[in-house]
Amino acid sequence: MFLFKRDKFFSLKDMNILSVENLTKTYRSGNRELTVLDQVNFEVEQGKTLSIVGPSGSGKTTLLGLCAGLDVASSGSVLIDGKPLENMTEDQRAGIRNQLVGFIFQNFQLLQTLTALENVMVPLELKKRKDAKEKATELLENVGLGDRLTHYPNQLSGGEQQRVSIARAFANEPKILFADEPTGNLDTETGELIENLIFNLNEQHGTTLILVTHDLELAARTHHSLHIKGGKIQEATNG
Amino acid sequence: MVDLAWSFKMAKREFRKTGVKLILFVSAIVTGIAALVAVTSFGDNLSKDIDNQAKELLGADLLLKKNQNIEFLEIEKVASAHSLEINFASMVYFPKVGDSRLTQVRALEGEYPYYGTLETLPQEGERDFRSGGKKALVEKTLMAQFGAVVGDSIKVGNVTLEIVGALQKVPGQTGITATVAPAVYIPMDQLEASGLVQYGSRVNYNHYFLFPQDFELQALIDENKDIWDEDRVNFDTVQSQKESTGRSFENLSNFLTLVAFIAVLLGCVGVGSAVNVFVKEKLPSVAVLRCLGVKALDIIVVYLVQIFFMGLVGSIIGAMAGAVLQFLLPLVFSEFLPVEVTVQLAWGAIVVGIITGVLISILFALIPLLKIRKVSPMMTLRPDDQSGGFGNDPARLFVLFAIIVFILLFSYFLLGKWDQTLWFTGFVVVSFGALWLLAMGVMKTIRTFLPISLNYPVRQALSNLYRPNNQTVSLLATIGLGTAMIGTLFFIQDQLLDEVRFADKEDQPNMLFFDIQTSQVDSMITVLQSEDLPILQHVPIITMGVSEVNGLSKLDNEELEDEERRSGSFYNREFRVTYRDSLINTEELVDGALKSYNSTSDSIFVSMEEGYAERNHVKIGDEIVFNVQGRPLTTYVGSIRKVNFRRVSTNFLVVFPDKVLDNAPKFHVLITKTKDDMASANIQNTIVRQFPNVSVVNLSMIVETLEDLLGKIGFVIQFMAFFSILTGILVLISSLLISKFQRVRENILLRTIGAERKVLIKINILEYLFLGSLAAGGGLILSVLASFLLSYFVFEIAFSLAWQPLFIVFGLITGLTVFLGWINSLNILKANTMDILRS
Repeated sequence: MFLFKRDKFFSLKDMNILSVENLTKTYRSGNRELTVLDQVNFEVEQGKTLSIVGPSGSGKTTLLGLCAGLDVASSGSVLIDGKPLENMTEDQRAGIRNQLVGFIFQNFQLLQTLTALENVMVPLELKKRKDAKEKATELLENVGLGDRLTHYPNQLSGGEQQRVSIARAFANEPKILFADEPTGNLDTETGELIENLIFNLNEQHGTTLILVTHDLELAARTHHSLHIKGGKIQEATNG
Repeated sequence: MVDLAWSFKMAKREFRKTGVKLILFVSAIVTGIAALVAVTSFGDNLSKDIDNQAKELLGADLLLKKNQNIEFLEIEKVASAHSLEINFASMVYFPKVGDSRLTQVRALEGEYPYYGTLETLPQEGERDFRSGGKKALVEKTLMAQFGAVVGDSIKVGNVTLEIVGALQKVPGQTGITATVAPAVYIPMDQLEASGLVQYGSRVNYNHYFLFPQDFELQALIDENKDIWDEDRVNFDTVQSQKESTGRSFENLSNFLTLVAFIAVLLGCVGVGSAVNVFVKEKLPSVAVLRCLGVKALDIIVVYLVQIFFMGLVGSIIGAMAGAVLQFLLPLVFSEFLPVEVTVQLAWGAIVVGIITGVLISILFALIPLLKIRKVSPMMTLRPDDQSGGFGNDPARLFVLFAIIVFILLFSYFLLGKWDQTLWFTGFVVVSFGALWLLAMGVMKTIRTFLPISLNYPVRQALSNLYRPNNQTVSLLATIGLGTAMIGTLFFIQDQLLDEVRFADKEDQPNMLFFDIQTSQVDSMITVLQSEDLPILQHVPIITMGVSEVNGLSKLDNEELEDEERRSGSFYNREFRVTYRDSLINTEELVDGALKSYNSTSDSIFVSMEEGYAERNHVKIGDEIVFNVQGRPLTTYVGSIRKVNFRRVSTNFLVVFPDKVLDNAPKFHVLITKTKDDMASANIQNTIVRQFPNVSVVNLSMIVETLEDLLGKIGFVIQFMAFFSILTGILVLISSLLISKFQRVRENILLRTIGAERKVLIKINILEYLFLGSLAAGGGLILSVLASFLLSYFVFEIAFSLAWQPLFIVFGLITGLTVFLGWINSLNILKANTMDILRS
């Protein structure tokens, strides 16, 4: 349940997987300082889905990157599973990402030098899982790629690559999954298949999903939506 | 903590796809390591062979040498055998061709050499020579020069001898010695008949001794050392010969190793540059791994492991090639070697080569690899979000520092002397720095000032020099440094030869006759004048020694503190002096004045050569007592002269005033100028026939000998410089292949918007023309600078730029670069447009 009070969203639940407080990001361009995100606040409960929508350049991707610990805010704080990211080093944040976070990207971001199976094994191996191969095989079978295990990314179609990416995202059983335009590079039909896959797996694993999209239909499938413009949250809606 | 197991696993997976590219990276170090291993193996083997063949180097257990004949009766008593060799420079006449040449005549008595042999062709030549009679052994190069064969005769002084063998090998003698002073062995009993040993002849008496196996030679030396020293007798033993030969070849070996080390460093610049491109291509993958939670260090290790294995592979291939190459080196260096080199695997050199290759490729790869630490995982969301840049990254500065420390320590390991090590490291840093600055300067200048109005292909080709992933710096460094080495070699060689040839350009003397007895002077002058030749100088020469300087005898001098003591050689030297009251055109007075001697009550003021006076701390007013044939002669230093020793002339360290030495025993030198080589040959033959004891030096012979000598040295340096150039070419080829995909894309895009094939070829050719000419130009600028410094400080000759070799080297290097670029562009243009656009 989300409440809107001025610019601030907050949940009534105690256990939030993601808390964002007064988050601001500025960049210096020559002598000018550009504010890309301005005093953003919201919280997300475990297991819920949230979409971030808005026009190009509104700050969606910056917000996603900050929430996932890929970048550092200029001020404000981000807490993932109660752990504040702002004072962590890049390597400490990498540790958090490996333990708690999964990613799905618009351009799939598979490692071109690894096979589909090896791509999915990477997060498992980082967690020192002995059954990395078996688990990765199972995940790829779940996304319908059981017969493509030893294929390299350039031997797979766009939809297949995104399915490998999804399998990899769920491999380390993340508490929170960030998806950046997951269907942006796919045709409508494949895009729908991928959407269904993400939501189904999300439900099965009870993962929190934070989704950046231009697609309002996709956004409508999430529990909550943040409409962002000019670095500020304009509107919060419940799906 | 680094997760090594995971990093190794990832490295292995990555390698399957990227291995081919990495093989290209390490190909750059193969030639350098090959050269390093070959040269160090060769050095190891040479050192072992000098040890094993030490006895053959000297040919005896002990050699005593002096320029006067004294006997060593006591030593002869304890020795098991004794041989005497009297050697001196003299003209030898070949009647069959009617030509003559200055040689080193060696009159031999006894069974020398006791170790090794005088190798002759035919083999029985030596035995025949020793069987007695008018027989001679002649250096093979000398025989080849005059087309002489065994059975022909030669005239040595007044005696005609039959050539019974062509000398192939003489103990301790190298091919170079044979070039400069070819030997002719004659039996001792023919020496007197030759009439060549007369007063003033510069003759050396070499006494060779063989001792019983259990003889305590060191005790004998300890007992006699002081006496020999006093009598100006030099001695050599197997041990001292081994040490001095070892020392000279250590220097050669060090020089070659350093040249090879430069080739390795050039290769590493190639590795560093290639890894830079590799890392840039890998940045998106690095960002993904960072997203997935991999620590920066773990990712660096993934790539470092690959570089390590490829460095290892490259080094092993290089070491194997080096081990094969070392079989060639004895052929390359044959002219310089006094021993037979046995080629065998020197495992130490191979291990050092492999470790060096691996270590240095990791060090050079680390500079670009460290960029990985700065890669933001945000790149996965925004591909344009590049890493934060290097700035003054302390880790990078540390790696750069580590590279310099490595070069410093490795150079010290090779040279063993800190001053040389610092010079070499300074040279490497300055050369690389200069070429790097040139590359950066060129890129910045083009970027800043490239006019938009410039013809399109030219503009595009120029802008390619600073495009992302460009290879401008690495190519300029590798090809530039190789060019610098070859250029320096050409310039110095040309300049030295020019310096000698210069003598012929002006009205300079070009022919010198020496060892003329006083009784022969008048008739010689008559002969020369009858041939219409001017007597440019007539110089009397007297030999003498120094017995006291400022009241200090040799023994007094030895008791002085180190800093006050003069070199012992000042007292031991046999001075050849002349007398006159004026300077000649090769001299210039720098201090004091020439003072004449008019009556016995006058003091005698001598003039000393500037450099020699400086080295021996002699100044105006110093008192020097000379020993002239047993008579003491007190003199004072009245003037200091600067002497140009590079003219065909007689130059003296000490000049006496007229009248002092009129009655001293002396010999003479006459100097003349002939119109051409034919006239030189004619007068030389006339003089040799009429005055067999007179030796002749003519300019064309000096030029010929110097050309021959420089040609042999030049071949060795060119052989080594070849490795640098080859490395440059390999770096160029790998750069072309690495940047191929990028070039294909660019060309396809240009083709899509309507660029014609010939325009694309033009752009490619122009780009490599610029790259090649910049690299060659940069290298040549360095070589001109190096040649200037070498001319000024080492050879002490006036620097003049040789344009012809400069243009030749420039044209060749640029042409080669353009050719390789053109070949590559043909492949690129074959690519299918649609395939590339789809990808």
